[in-house]
Amino acid sequence: MATTPSAPPDRTPPTLHERALADLRFIRQTMEGAAAFTTLSGAGLVAIGLSALGAGFLAGSAPGPAWLRVWIVEAALALVVGVLATLAKTRTARLPLLAGPLRKFGLALAAPLLVGVVLTAALARAGFHAVLPGAWLMLYGSGLLAGGAFSIRLVPVMGACFLALGAATTLAPPALGPAALLLGFGGLHVVFGALVAWGHGG
Amino acid sequence: MAEPAARRRRTERPAAAAPALRGLKGEPGPDVVRELDALLHHRLRLGMVSALAAAESLAFNDLKGLLQASDGNLSVHARKLEDAGYVTCTKTFENRRPRTDYRLTTRGRQALGRYLGHMEAVIRAARDTLGR
Repeated sequence: MATTPSAPPDRTPPTLHERALADLRFIRQTMEGAAAFTTLSGAGLVAIGLSALGAGFLAGSAPGPAWLRVWIVEAALALVVGVLATLAKTRTARLPLLAGPLRKFGLALAAPLLVGVVLTAALARAGFHAVLPGAWLMLYGSGLLAGGAFSIRLVPVMGACFLALGAATTLAPPALGPAALLLGFGGLHVVFGALVAWGHGG
Repeated sequence: MAEPAARRRRTERPAAAAPALRGLKGEPGPDVVRELDALLHHRLRLGMVSALAAAESLAFNDLKGLLQASDGNLSVHARKLEDAGYVTCTKTFENRRPRTDYRLTTRGRQALGRYLGHMEAVIRAARDTLGR
């Protein structure tokens, strides 16, 4: 039986400059990955989680829309704690703060956070307070998922948890919103922060 | 009898440089081939040195996860880098569990810098050829 001759497999060896380009790419990726191992502060995440737990209980007892003010103050506090903890860890590891994966992580996280600020103002003005918890959780989760591409694997996993919790909160009765905020910004931060601190040097 | 580290290093460098480049097309030029550090031309060892150049120190498990290497493979190549004086290794206990940390030495950092220089020279030469 006649067979159609197939093209021989492409076994052309790489040229030296192709190998050099691949090596340089590999070095860059490895260095970025290694830096990510040391810059995320697990202790900082735990501190953010604990302060969110406090804010959650405080917001629960706050009358009317005052809960919103409590969470806005908590968000600002969490931002300061996060920046300070990252600063401390990069200083210990003697790494530049605004270089490589940390910068990319910050930029990826900043976009959904900015969207969150604008949406919060617009939705609160329109009186749609019940939508806010789900929106906050989903936006923060998507920021972590995007920024997690430049960090350790735990970060995108944490982002996915926030995203799932946010989606469930959006579809659930509005009365569950405060509990979801407590579970997400409090519980998830403490759990994942402890895992990062235990496995990745503080 | 175990081969002394110094002798192993001497035989590794020039001898392994040629096989590492075998199978590559192009005209690398005798100087580039001769000067390429065979220790760093291995992908896993290059990865270890690159990772340690970015982080002050990394634990064995961090390196293993980062480079997707097996325990045995990573140990063997870490030992070669240690023998060459490119990395140092510290063994401690953390919560009663043994922990091994690696750091890049000045010699290792210089070797990586030289290797990067060679790779850049190869790419520059290829670009010049294309430009003609």
